[in-house]
Amino acid sequence: MRTFVSVTGLRKSYGAHRVLDAIDLTIPQGTIFSLLGPNGAGKTTTVQILSTLIKADAGEIWVAGHDLAKEPDEVRAAIGVTGQFSAVDSFLTGEENLRLMADLLHLGRTKGRRRVRELLERFDLTDAARKPAVTYSGGMRRRLDLAMTMVGTPRLIFLDEPTTGLDPRSRRTMWQIVRDLVQQDGVTIFLTTQYLEEADELADRIALLSQGRLVAEGTPRELKRMVPGGHIVVRFADADGYRRAVGHVGATSSNDAALTVQIPDSGGVRTLRKLLEWLDTHAIDVAELSVHTPDLDDVFLTLTQEPSAKEPSR
Amino acid sequence: MRAITDSATMLRRQVKHIWRYPTVILTFAAVPVVFLLLFVYVFGGTMGAGIGADRAAYVGYLTPGIMITTIVGAAQGTAISVATDMIEGIIARFKTMAIARVSVLTGHVLGAMVQTFLAIAMVTVVALLIGFRPSASVLDWLGVVGVLAMFTFAITWLSVALAMVTKNVATASNLPMPLMLLPFLGSGFVPTESMPAGLRWFAEHQPTTPVIETLRALLAGRPAGSSFLEAAVWSAGIALVSYLWARRLYNR
Repeated sequence: MRTFVSVTGLRKSYGAHRVLDAIDLTIPQGTIFSLLGPNGAGKTTTVQILSTLIKADAGEIWVAGHDLAKEPDEVRAAIGVTGQFSAVDSFLTGEENLRLMADLLHLGRTKGRRRVRELLERFDLTDAARKPAVTYSGGMRRRLDLAMTMVGTPRLIFLDEPTTGLDPRSRRTMWQIVRDLVQQDGVTIFLTTQYLEEADELADRIALLSQGRLVAEGTPRELKRMVPGGHIVVRFADADGYRRAVGHVGATSSNDAALTVQIPDSGGVRTLRKLLEWLDTHAIDVAELSVHTPDLDDVFLTLTQEPSAKEPSR
Repeated sequence: MRAITDSATMLRRQVKHIWRYPTVILTFAAVPVVFLLLFVYVFGGTMGAGIGADRAAYVGYLTPGIMITTIVGAAQGTAISVATDMIEGIIARFKTMAIARVSVLTGHVLGAMVQTFLAIAMVTVVALLIGFRPSASVLDWLGVVGVLAMFTFAITWLSVALAMVTKNVATASNLPMPLMLLPFLGSGFVPTESMPAGLRWFAEHQPTTPVIETLRALLAGRPAGSSFLEAAVWSAGIALVSYLWARRLYNR
């Protein structure tokens, strides 16, 4: 697969505060890359640099075969940005917003009209086309926002927290739209999100950003393997059963008051079957049993640390 | 070339805004109209006597000053509209597109000029209704429009720059406020000769005075003389400095 974005040694500081420190990234064409990190980790700064909004202090950045520092306009022609704060003109109608993009991209009258109609159709905005964007719901605004980005048929789209604040149904619609962009249009997606579920759902590769550094990178599956998060939690029905079992089930931690034990789950179903058999032979009643598989939350919490309280938060 | 077509596109965006919220122009015209009525009907008798004539003559004396008050008053509205726009996500979108960068600002400037001119037209109609009787020829009127356009262009660029000095809309809206004082501290309402020495010096050497004097001469059908050149130099200077300043702030 051809590399579409390559970043080496990217650095950015605001005064003494180092926001991004030696970031290296490679994104193959036609894939979804997700940058994850807590608030203030540097996600938005990365997007702002890669989308030519602000300048990096150091580092080499190539987007769509162009050196970002030397040919920003060529890069701009290849990218589209749908930001955290919706980038639509609230006073204009949906159709006028799209026309504005078509005019700025010099599509010409007929071609522009056709493209606007297509996008209104595709993003399910035809009925609302003549209403001002200020009257749109959150989901409609995001769809209009993305439709505006699509007017110029960009080959790389930055989606900066595209579903923040959306209801679950709108979020799912958005996810499907993003998948279609990759599958039907061959677009490369750079996604930042705080929702780990979203990254898990969409991304081919995920990079974890913490305090300006990349702390992990890989497929969702690879990342989950990095943390030993899998375990079984058993809550016993009575104190007697708890006392009899606690020393024999291989618990790594136990809670006398809550009558619970936590058992590392290394063998999957086999561990579970052995545990249930043992409990059965010894006639111990269990009130509740749950199996936890490691998810990106575990990865996230393990690998990203909160800045310590001593450090000035600027 | 790109800069021209993109600016035209951005102007269309502004015109759509104006079209959707036409009442904004009324707020641009309201304060100058109140000033006009106040100065003609409350102070007019005394003021008229002060220039050696009467209330009716004072309407003619006052109108150019009120036109300039309209321009500097509109600057505040323009600053609010630009500052509000700058915090919108759409500006970030424009900045990541391969378009002529300054076109966003040119669109604002041209749109604000359209609004200001409509407001000046309204104010002038009110002045005509209450007894303003200009004796300007067609050529003089063209001169009036030209001088107004020059000065509006300059003040609008200044208000665009002021709008971007801070990221805060409230502060941005206050910055152009002192401009409202200029017609008062010039020849807008009373002749500068009636002022104490220090103030008189300031009044005779600030930009609104030559602009007002030029308009006054043209509207009365007299030749504008050297004040026209002075007005042109001031307008060009303010426009150039403000344009460069605004562009730098935008690219920051």
